[in-house]
Amino acid sequence: MSTTIEAPRSPYSRPPRTRGGVSWEKWGWIYMRASGVVLIVLIFGHLFVNLMIGDGVDALDFAFVGGKLSNPFWQVWDVLMLWLALIHGGNGMRTIVNDYTTRPMTARILKAAILAAVVVLIVLGTLVVFTFDPCPAGSPADLLPSFCPAS
Amino acid sequence: MPNESAGTLTYQQKTSSRIPAGTLYRGHSGMWSWVLHRITGVAIFFFLLVHVLDTSLVRLSPEAYNDVIGTYQTPIMGLGEVALVGAIVFHAFNGIRIILMDFWNANYSKLMFWIVVALWVITMLGFAPRHLMNVFSH
Repeated sequence: MSTTIEAPRSPYSRPPRTRGGVSWEKWGWIYMRASGVVLIVLIFGHLFVNLMIGDGVDALDFAFVGGKLSNPFWQVWDVLMLWLALIHGGNGMRTIVNDYTTRPMTARILKAAILAAVVVLIVLGTLVVFTFDPCPAGSPADLLPSFCPAS
Repeated sequence: MPNESAGTLTYQQKTSSRIPAGTLYRGHSGMWSWVLHRITGVAIFFFLLVHVLDTSLVRLSPEAYNDVIGTYQTPIMGLGEVALVGAIVFHAFNGIRIILMDFWNANYSKLMFWIVVALWVITMLGFAPRHLMNVFSH
């Protein structure tokens, strides 16, 4: 019968904050700052081009958006914005759920809902940007971008 | 006990201020910037959910997209867009302030909060009149 007595004055050690050897919370913290800086450029540019130039919000219609999204530059811009913003927002919402929920089941359900919304919208938005047709056949010519053969 | 009385004196200072005493954080700019960062963040997130869905209508048909985007071009929504841009601009500038506090110097957090407020006012003075002219001159 022997009892193990812990060495006195053993140095304080924090419980491990890693899962599978990865510090997820640290990378989340870094992601919020890195994506935040990029998003400022992307979103300020997005708002300037869509709301400040020309007639601003009045000029927004299918022809305007179709024209923009036929350009690879704006395709990459918008898809980057979509991914970075939804993950940034989803992670922010996760933080808020962690702060205000008291029951583990409530937290799990809310976080699952956030994850589902983020994944569905990222997939939907990416598919829309890369598969939509700026000149759909049979549409009235006056609704289409000026480069469409029908207009 | 001279030490203890000196301690209680500072802690229980009589004040007419409505800001709670005895803390550097509660009721001050640090707390309010945190509250605003949260509220604007949640608001932007929910707008983003709707905004991806409405933009996705370009995949459906020009008519469907134009119908829905037309509802963004009304005066009431125009005011909502000013609020939305206001939320985004605050979240952006306060985000830079947080990054500077983390990586540069947290001693200037209060000064930087007022710089954020000033830059927010300047940006909104540039945006709001132009946007409202577009909305109301329709």
